[in-house]
Amino acid sequence: MEPLSNKRKVIEQKPLNFLERAYLPAIIQGLAITMKHFFRKPVTISYPEEKREFSENFRGMHSLKRDEDGRERCTACGLCALSCPAEAITMIAAERQLGEENLYREEKYAAVYEINMLRCIFCGLCEEACPKEAIYLDGDIVPADYLRKDFIYGKDKLVEAPLNQ
Amino acid sequence: MELTDIIVKFILVFIIFAISLVIAMYSTYAERKIAAFFQDRIGPNRAGPWGIFQPLADGGKMFLKEEIIPTNASGFLFIAGPSLAIMTACIGSAVIPWGQKLTIGSHVIDLQVADINVGVLYIFGVVSLGVYGVMIGGWASNNKYSLLGAIRAASQNISYEISMGLSIIALLMVTGTLSLRQIAEQQHGWHWNILYQPVGFLLFIVCAFAETNRTPFDLPECETELVGGYHTEYSSMKLGFYLFSEYINMFISSAVMATLYWGGYNYPGMDWVLAHTGPAIGPLIGTAVLFAKIFLFIFFFMWVRWTIPRFRYDQLMDLGWKILIPLAIANIVITGIVITLIK
Ligand code: SF4
Ligand code: SF4
Repeated sequence: MEPLSNKRKVIEQKPLNFLERAYLPAIIQGLAITMKHFFRKPVTISYPEEKREFSENFRGMHSLKRDEDGRERCTACGLCALSCPAEAITMIAAERQLGEENLYREEKYAAVYEINMLRCIFCGLCEEACPKEAIYLDGDIVPADYLRKDFIYGKDKLVEAPLNQ
Repeated sequence: MELTDIIVKFILVFIIFAISLVIAMYSTYAERKIAAFFQDRIGPNRAGPWGIFQPLADGGKMFLKEEIIPTNASGFLFIAGPSLAIMTACIGSAVIPWGQKLTIGSHVIDLQVADINVGVLYIFGVVSLGVYGVMIGGWASNNKYSLLGAIRAASQNISYEISMGLSIIALLMVTGTLSLRQIAEQQHGWHWNILYQPVGFLLFIVCAFAETNRTPFDLPECETELVGGYHTEYSSMKLGFYLFSEYINMFISSAVMATLYWGGYNYPGMDWVLAHTGPAIGPLIGTAVLFAKIFLFIFFFMWVRWTIPRFRYDQLMDLGWKILIPLAIANIVITGIVITLIK
């Protein structure tokens, strides 16, 4: 058959010559190579103490943002949950009461907002879907934990710390 | 034998036993560290400074793991396997001369547990017993992978014992004795046997790799084909015993190699050192030298392990029967000719 690409290589199988069959030269060569590595600087990054720098567009843990007055931006529209391919987001909406204007920016807000970090694939689609620029994946790596239920992050972990007045 | 002699022997046995166990323990640590260095990593560094308590943690873990004996395994033999493996591994050290005779006051202490005149033969006996532990364990597990591993271990050990024995015969023709003490004494200073028997040593070390089931000859526990090999069904400290016996075997075979070929406790200039330090300290320096050689060999074992991939089984058999045995026989013949010519 005509080759479809120019990547074809004819492999020839030569019988091993005596030196190759004696193994020893090859073994000594190999030992020399490993010895070279023995004195090389380890490439390990000892994780909790040292951290590799994140790239600029790294997607880590989510945070729910506040606006410049310290009010939660999220209006519980549900677009993030809708766009989430992993179905990791659930929320319960509530209506803003009188006197809560300093807490929530919109008239409707998320009373409960949960992300299951075990389901999330950190695709960032929630961030893209959000019309209110309320959710960003700008956090750290999600830490390890013992129980599955502890990976469902509620608003206590997700919402940004309030602005200090 | 006087009572003090017996007590001294007991103490010596105890010390050697403790040393071989500690060395085996720390070989596991060294192996992991060395593997890490060869792979540009750091290795265990969490348990204690530089991770030096790692073996203790591993041992503790081994003891606390659940003990599982498969329903269809043959109960008694299942337990006998690892016990036999570790026992045969431990008794090999009895005939190795650890140093020259120590003189403390009027006492002369022989740094060797048993100076029997068939020391080399004894070592061979113990080594060939070692495979029984593996075989019994593999067979008693009633698991096909274990059985395959055990069969591999048996055929591998038998094949390589032949060339090992043949390589030793050439050495015995040079030394003229089977006693390890005399072999060590003959290599006084720098008259090491490696100078007379380089090919014999090469054969011996290759066979030592095969006998201790170390890579590149670790086919009995070849993970890619046999899950865990002969110890697939083992858990807890019984598995620990198997792993441990491998490291003790490595230590003992390093000691044997150092004694037979690399001068044992002898080093150039030892007479001068002995004259200046006295008969109570001088021999201990020799012992330290022996241990340095042993550690170098253990390092070499690990170096090879992290360099060479595992042999295929037919390659292993080819190497054993078609290359090593003819080479060993040729070595004997040439040694014989040279010895007759010199005489
Ligand atoms: S990052 Fe992707 S998977 Fe995770 S919550 Fe957002 S949309 Fe869902
Ligand atoms: S985070 Fe954004 S997309 Fe999700 S519910 Fe709130 S406002 Fe809507």
